Amino acid sequence: MSEIKMTTEQKQFSAGPPQGSRSAAEPKLAPSGGSAVRAATSVGAKRIGDVILDVKNISLSFGGVNALTDISFDVREHEVRAIIGPNGAGKSSMLNCINGVYTPQKGEISFRGQTFKHMSSRQVAEMGIARTFQNLALFKGMSVVDNIMTGRNLRIKSNIFLQALRIGPAQREEETHREFVEHIVDFLEIQAYRKTPVGQLPYGLQKRVDLGRALAMEPQVLLLDEPMAGMNLEEKQDMSRFILDVNDEFGTTVVLIEHDMSVVMDISDRVVVLDYGKKIGDGTPQEVRENEEVISAYLGTSH
Amino acid sequence: MQTTFPRLLLKHAAERPGAAAMREKEFGIWQALTWGELLAMVEQIAAGLHQAGLRRDQHMVVVGSNRPRLYATMLAVQSLGAVPIPLYQDAVAVECVFPINNADVCFAFAEDQEQVDKLLEVREQCPQLAHIFFDDPRGLRNYDEPGLVAIDELMAAGKVHVAQHPNFLKAQVEQAGPDDVAAMFFTSGTTGNAKGVVHTHNSLLDRARAGADFDRLTHAEEVLAYLPPAWIGQNIFSYAQWLACGYVVNCPESAETVMIDLKEVGPTYYFAPPRVFEGLLTSVMIRMEDAGSIKRKMFAACMDLAKRVGPDRMDGKQLGLGDRLLYALGDWMVYGPLRNNLGMSRVRVAYTAGEAIGPDLFQFYRSIGINLKQLYGSTETAVFVCLQPDNAARADTVGLPIAGVEIKVAENGEILVKSPGLLKEYFKNPQATAEVLTADGWYHTSDAGFLDAHGHLKIIDRVKDVGRIKGGANDGAMFAPKYVENKLKFFPFIKEVVAYGDGRAKVCVMINIDMNAVGNWAERRNLAYAGYTDLAQKPEVYQLIKECIEKVNVDLAADELLAGSQISRFLILHKELDADDGELTRTNKVRRGFIADKYLPLVDGLYGGKTEQFIETVVKFEDGRSGSVSATLRIEDSKTFAPVKAAA
Repeated sequence: MSEIKMTTEQKQFSAGPPQGSRSAAEPKLAPSGGSAVRAATSVGAKRIGDVILDVKNISLSFGGVNALTDISFDVREHEVRAIIGPNGAGKSSMLNCINGVYTPQKGEISFRGQTFKHMSSRQVAEMGIARTFQNLALFKGMSVVDNIMTGRNLRIKSNIFLQALRIGPAQREEETHREFVEHIVDFLEIQAYRKTPVGQLPYGLQKRVDLGRALAMEPQVLLLDEPMAGMNLEEKQDMSRFILDVNDEFGTTVVLIEHDMSVVMDISDRVVVLDYGKKIGDGTPQEVRENEEVISAYLGTSH
Repeated sequence: MQTTFPRLLLKHAAERPGAAAMREKEFGIWQALTWGELLAMVEQIAAGLHQAGLRRDQHMVVVGSNRPRLYATMLAVQSLGAVPIPLYQDAVAVECVFPINNADVCFAFAEDQEQVDKLLEVREQCPQLAHIFFDDPRGLRNYDEPGLVAIDELMAAGKVHVAQHPNFLKAQVEQAGPDDVAAMFFTSGTTGNAKGVVHTHNSLLDRARAGADFDRLTHAEEVLAYLPPAWIGQNIFSYAQWLACGYVVNCPESAETVMIDLKEVGPTYYFAPPRVFEGLLTSVMIRMEDAGSIKRKMFAACMDLAKRVGPDRMDGKQLGLGDRLLYALGDWMVYGPLRNNLGMSRVRVAYTAGEAIGPDLFQFYRSIGINLKQLYGSTETAVFVCLQPDNAARADTVGLPIAGVEIKVAENGEILVKSPGLLKEYFKNPQATAEVLTADGWYHTSDAGFLDAHGHLKIIDRVKDVGRIKGGANDGAMFAPKYVENKLKFFPFIKEVVAYGDGRAKVCVMINIDMNAVGNWAERRNLAYAGYTDLAQKPEVYQLIKECIEKVNVDLAADELLAGSQISRFLILHKELDADDGELTRTNKVRRGFIADKYLPLVDGLYGGKTEQFIETVVKFEDGRSGSVSATLRIEDSKTFAPVKAAA
């Protein structure tokens, strides 16, 4: 079941900048990626679908500390879903549960109807869930392109020896993946930094590379852990635009944790509010903004 | 050259259909577009536009950065006998209103979402703007605006039309003649509304050809198009001369990648304003400082040699055998790799124009073997008026009048030009046209200058700024404030200068030191300071600036016309001139009159012979608050020199 759905999803993503086929169809000077996507998904305005990710009664504790208590929420296909809450509310823990880093003691998570309790990060990644990190986990000494290439890792099929020698099918495969990476570079507008070691880039650009690496997996769900932390206003605006563009162009479902309230309210479709490991609000930005409990816990206090 | 732009396209496509016309870097790879493919593209766009209703003599706005489709659209518009108006892609929305309404524009080509947004924003004020075609569809999918269509769709429709009418384009092209209007460029205009400069096919192509002949350009040239296409310079280099010569125009990937693309393309024909050359040099120097000591010494030794023999070598003078060998060694070790690093290994002809270029900067490039030259021209003259020959490029002249150009200096020092490249008129503005274009065909440039002993044109200043010294030893001498200011600004220690002297007995200047350069200089001398105001008033700094001024005075003394403009007194300002305080324009030009009013006590102090003067000024901080800065400024005299009578 999930297999089939995944492939249809992939098509949507790869319709614009797919592997190989593009050069034959529109040889030169094609517009940057989008026209085919446009044709493929001419459905106009935003198409929010069924529940894709369902989190049910999750509880997570570390020794005596209850990080998450009985949390339930769902994420619908193609939507931008935000998780907000004050420091220590359990936002990152929630994300880590979804992506298999932590295994919750209670509750279950289902992805496209498939329920799982224990799953490794790799399995989650193979299912089509990608993430970025709050404290960037990039390879600082490697170039931007190489870093994004690592996101293609799961899709590279040829064995390590062929890859190391770069012969025959391995080389062809690498070229296909490299082309895909180029589309991401173009999409995120980082052409000027292809060959720059990531460690030399300003923080805002590193964040963009991090996003690029997650996109390279062609994910169905993208988990963003504080994508705008530590950024200046302009970088935040850029990042917001990229997140919306990813959602719009590729139909990728986005789950993001964010601190900056104005950003969250502007770009998300629905918001979950956590406080001390408990869910205290869930709904559209407007509803959340008017929720008394949320106001006293979050908006009304230090923020 | 009696032809039109579209006819040249047809000619190239017929003669060399498989040769590259343009290249664009996309997804990391340079993609070539041949003349044959370009013709097909133009044909489809033209047919599409024709179906959409674009007719002869109508105008169409094109706005975006250098992209093949933007140029193809301009050709398509011209093929239909309509007139393209390129607009600056970084102009804000309100600035687009006037050109669109002035020319009653109904059609527009926009590169991407940013430009589309801009055009949609002004639609309320420009209701006739019915059709907007866009190139890059990213972010535009959910737009539901009447008349907003992807250029792909337009081309698809055009393709159908072309299939039914195979001779469509040719028939259209033949209807337009060389004297028909080809394009319109809006000049910014410092006061009032922008003016539309109307050029015919002939005026643009004649100058393009004359410039190409002067530098013997062929179809083998490579050009990087990275400045705004709305600027006539870029339009001449990557459009008019492109079609006149049939060379290859390369479109960079994005504005940030220009330097990388420059290296990859290795253009043979290159244009950049002085600030670009300055930026390149600075980046080289910074990187050299970080190099190891052996490399640094080698670089320093080679640059000394280049400084000594390089300019003569470029001028084609015979060098001694020893120098020639040394230079060859330097070329192998330093100059060659340096040129390569700058992306100028293959540059045959490089031009700079637009503002004055510092002699050191200019000679640096020439001495390492890059044929950097200056030219003189403007939007109204289709650029090419004066060009410097390869072996006679100087930092302080702008070259010889080229074929077809006549130059005359008016009574008031204004330069008048007669050339086949002059504008036809300012669009719907006969009054402005009459002001610059006299009945007997002379164009008034509003630049003051003269032809030197070798026939080279030398520009001094804008006519309206040139004044006269009144009274004193130099009574009646010419005073060119910008000329004096520029000469001082070429010193790295001096950031801004305001010169006064019109209607006064002597020339006095107020100076802003360059905080970085002077700060560095002070640190090396263990000179402690507590910020700009403190540093500016150090006696050592005054001495430093005084030396700079006296060097300029020596230079001015050698110049018969401008010997009277020597600087007698100066002071260093206690605060940096700032656009937020209204002292500079947004393009960082000093507002002389405003500053004179604001710092009246200082001007009085300069001319009143005082040695110091107290001043208090209000400053605006970036967050909108304001405060005040006060200081007692020293005023010093500088030595002036007796005019040297020209030897030659």
